[in-house]
Amino acid sequence: MQQFAQQVVSGLAQGAIYGSLALALVLIYKATEVINFAQGEMAMFTTYICWSLITHHGLSYWPAFFLTLLIAFAGGVGIQRIVIRPLERASVLTVVMATIALLVVLNGLAAWLWSPQIQFFPSPFPNTTWVIGGVHVSQQDVDTFGVTLACVAVLWLFFRFTKLGLAMRAGALNPDAARLLGVRTSWLLALGWGFAAVLGAVSGMMVAPSAFLQPNMMQVILIYAFASAVLGGIESPVGAVVGGLAIGVTINLLATYVHFIGSSLQLPVALAVLLVVLIVRPAGLFGRVAVRRV
Amino acid sequence: MTSRIGPAGFAALVVAVAAAPLVSTHYRTYELGFVGIYLAALLGLNILTGLTGQISLGHGAFMGIGAYTTAILVVDHGWRALWTIPVAAVVTGLVGIGFGLAVTRFAGPYLALATFALPLTLTGIVKRFQGFTGGSLGKNLPLLHSQLGLRTNPSLWLYIVAWSLALLLFVLAWAVARGRLGRSFRAVHDSEIASTANGISARWVKTLAFGLSAFYCGAAGAVFAIGVAYVNPDTFPIDLSILLLTGVVIGGTGSLGGMVFGALFVEFIRTTWAPALVRAFTRVTTVHVNTHAAGSPQVIYGLVLLLVLFAAPAGAGGLARRLADLVPRLRRRAPSLSRPSGL
Repeated sequence: MQQFAQQVVSGLAQGAIYGSLALALVLIYKATEVINFAQGEMAMFTTYICWSLITHHGLSYWPAFFLTLLIAFAGGVGIQRIVIRPLERASVLTVVMATIALLVVLNGLAAWLWSPQIQFFPSPFPNTTWVIGGVHVSQQDVDTFGVTLACVAVLWLFFRFTKLGLAMRAGALNPDAARLLGVRTSWLLALGWGFAAVLGAVSGMMVAPSAFLQPNMMQVILIYAFASAVLGGIESPVGAVVGGLAIGVTINLLATYVHFIGSSLQLPVALAVLLVVLIVRPAGLFGRVAVRRV
Repeated sequence: MTSRIGPAGFAALVVAVAAAPLVSTHYRTYELGFVGIYLAALLGLNILTGLTGQISLGHGAFMGIGAYTTAILVVDHGWRALWTIPVAAVVTGLVGIGFGLAVTRFAGPYLALATFALPLTLTGIVKRFQGFTGGSLGKNLPLLHSQLGLRTNPSLWLYIVAWSLALLLFVLAWAVARGRLGRSFRAVHDSEIASTANGISARWVKTLAFGLSAFYCGAAGAVFAIGVAYVNPDTFPIDLSILLLTGVVIGGTGSLGGMVFGALFVEFIRTTWAPALVRAFTRVTTVHVNTHAAGSPQVIYGLVLLLVLFAAPAGAGGLARRLADLVPRLRRRAPSLSRPSGL
């Protein structure tokens, strides 16, 4: 039972990371119906920037963290303006290919600028464990969970209670009507890319201390984030976070208790579970079934 | 979206393929052999992406399944390498159909997402079932050598095998694209809903496209394994899958002739073309760039891909088609020069 509780806790911490990256995917998908395959590499790249600020420019962790979030935001807006916006009228295949091209460029650029060798990324949280009712809970897990969900909460408050947030939701729901009512939807899309980049940066910086920093570090995490977004229903922000937590806990428990799976089959098994869930609920846990018309 | 390569273009390709080894060094012949292998894979992926309109970021994994089928049959069961190619193609094709049946339940973006997980899934499975696959150490095949009584050098042997396969599959792809099946592929590409309304099962058509493209990649992977004489879990990384899709887009989705250019791109961009582009950039701008830096070829090919998406979304095949259209138009325009101007 102790082991069970422990695995659940560390699964929740991992799941929060998947959830925040999944939320980034959902933000962009809701607004543009495009899956951003570069989301993981954007997160990786910003994490490198944070690492560089700390090791090469002598900043301490938290200033570097917040400066990185600003850089990530600017980068996300810039990518939307320079790469994605000119392809507004292109086919979905073209836009998806553009995000794949970004993936390739960012992955190569990170290796070019900072070498493909594994780097150590510091954790801001003390390496202590609490014992609660016989269950060992690491403070790193709890703090990772807290920081990630705090970012998600701030974003939710922004969308729910500010005028800009309302405009963004309107632009995603019905771009034409929003534009007719004077909402500048094009810039709001850029804003959406900025927020997605920030969420990605948070997930990257939270995962780097345990996964180590290297250009391919987000590949597996991106797949779990995709799975989380799909599980939650790809258009639902709440679903993305819940899906992330569910997947984090599930893979941790499966790897611990089903010895056949071990660590190498985690990914296939997680995807198989996802497939079964989707057969029962094709639109995901929180999604709505789309009605199709000719 | 049909290819306009025609019998003349195909004959030219055959002549070029036959002539290339005569003017190439052993190593260049070996490299060109891999162009044939990639052509086979791209022709398959083109059926799925170009004709049917479904993106796959995981077809390198299908090459991996073909390669492992060959490696296991040759190393553990003593098969002749050549006879494993059709088996690898069929096995991979069946896996592709199975995968297609599972994932085509879901429309739109889910499919591309699912394929993205394929390469890492394959790696996990290979590592888990070590006794069967050789685990992380991989499997060593016998060194490349000519068979069937031919006494060619190994590079030429690989070249012959790869290009015989590629040309065979080229003709098959052409027949598929022209036939009834190709029409249903294109119908699903143009509108899934309308094709369903016209009695085409979009799901079944997509599954078939998956199976057929996996069949192609399986055959390509089998020859790949014979060529490098070694397979391990890192032989078919996610990067290869992405590079294959890039090759299809740069060649021009839906264009058979364009796939030849795509295959050249896949083989040479990282080793030859990207460093050459960096050197040219250095010479023009006098900004010194380290051409040997890790990641630099990747940056270049990503930028080339972006450029193609912006400037020529139809790829090399589309450019060739535009040029071909231009020639008769110029000819038609020529007599009009004698007409009075101002009309």
